[in-house]
Amino acid sequence: MTAQTPLYLDNAATSWPKPPVVAAAMLRFMQQIGANPGRSGHRLSIEAGRVIDSARESVCSLFNAPDPLRVVFGANVTEALNLVLYGFLRPGDHVITTSMEHNSMMRPLRHLEQEGVELTVLQCRPDGTLDTSLLQPAIRRNTVLIAMMQASNVAGTLLPVAEAGRIARQNGLLMLVDSAATAGAMPIDMAESNIDLLAFTGHKSLFGPTGTGGLVIGERVDPGRIRPLIRGGTGSRSEYEEQPAFLPDKFESGTLNVAGLAGLNAGIGWLLERGVASVQAELREKTQALIDGLKRIPGVQVYGTQDARQQTACVAFNIDGLSSSEAGFRLDEEFDIQVRIGLHCAPAAHRTFSTFPAGSVRFAPGLFTSAADIARAIAAVRQIAR
Amino acid sequence: MSAGEFSVLIFHTSNHAFRAEKVLKQAGIACKLVPVPRHLSSECGVCLRLAPEDQFSALEMLKTSRVEVDRAERI
Repeated sequence: MTAQTPLYLDNAATSWPKPPVVAAAMLRFMQQIGANPGRSGHRLSIEAGRVIDSARESVCSLFNAPDPLRVVFGANVTEALNLVLYGFLRPGDHVITTSMEHNSMMRPLRHLEQEGVELTVLQCRPDGTLDTSLLQPAIRRNTVLIAMMQASNVAGTLLPVAEAGRIARQNGLLMLVDSAATAGAMPIDMAESNIDLLAFTGHKSLFGPTGTGGLVIGERVDPGRIRPLIRGGTGSRSEYEEQPAFLPDKFESGTLNVAGLAGLNAGIGWLLERGVASVQAELREKTQALIDGLKRIPGVQVYGTQDARQQTACVAFNIDGLSSSEAGFRLDEEFDIQVRIGLHCAPAAHRTFSTFPAGSVRFAPGLFTSAADIARAIAAVRQIAR
Repeated sequence: MSAGEFSVLIFHTSNHAFRAEKVLKQAGIACKLVPVPRHLSSECGVCLRLAPEDQFSALEMLKTSRVEVDRAERI
């Protein structure tokens, strides 16, 4: 095998490389600011607080959310989903979700189901899409929440979040969206799509570092109805031994990942400058090229809609006669191409695609993936499938 | 600093103070984040210091922007 550069096609796990401004902002914070935000009154602490506030503002710009103080930062999208599911749902409540969900949504819901929360899992079609006519009949007298991902992390399939949001609004339910696969990769408008609670991760298409993410709480949500996951020091109301009720402090106990949020802020800034709509167009082009190339290879099965307009930059496939793990290993070892294989923490989605328990190979190109990279990935699969 | 030279806006949390600073600066109202004077609050955070003549418009502006102010004091 001739020496070649690594080809990273695992951007759906985490984006890499990141725009250079991200690491630069983190380094600047570590070397020149470094202080704890909102705890002390000195110049460096104030500067750290401004970094966080600026990150809240960037998140609002990106998602068309009106109030930066309703942006709650945390470690990742999993934490944000847990905050809503455990904080909002009570025994006897009914929640509607889909068969495409990642375990970050499904595991808390299955656990809550054991605790007395009623759960309906809407079955998606074999290509991962959801028939929206299933939503209205699923609503019961005690339904309080529709909780769903915006796009599958397995095959990229987009789910009809705006339509579900409209139905949620009409029925007085809250709408929780897991935007792990979509935030930064396509325009998201919380107001237009009737999203009440938007859980996001920083390290995928927002180009922040791992360990960043959060929840945007819409105007319709009464934060008093959501219990915090953890309680502790907030730098506010220090004379009281009870958790403050105001946002964002109620849900942000302990010192935040300020260096990470400095990076996230820079990542979102970079993205906004580029324009999310243009990012989406670029990713679509790469995704369609990958789909078309893979489909032409005999013995390769591509899953999902096979239409880049109906999915994110994430292409799931298998090679006949080869396990996904073997295919992934050969791509890495022989072609220096890094991909994700297996079940992608989404067993329900794989059941929907009929790829359970074998799993699939996932190509996830990013903004830094070139047309030559796409051609190289297709050629590698062709060679393996031969 | 003589008594009454400045107004300070005190917030429930420094998160609100940082937000307020941004909102007021964008509106062209001069202000500065300073440690909360101990005689005014047990808070360990910051408050926003501004000219007394700007206090009214600042409070209006923050109300519009939905940044909650605990109270205003003169120092």
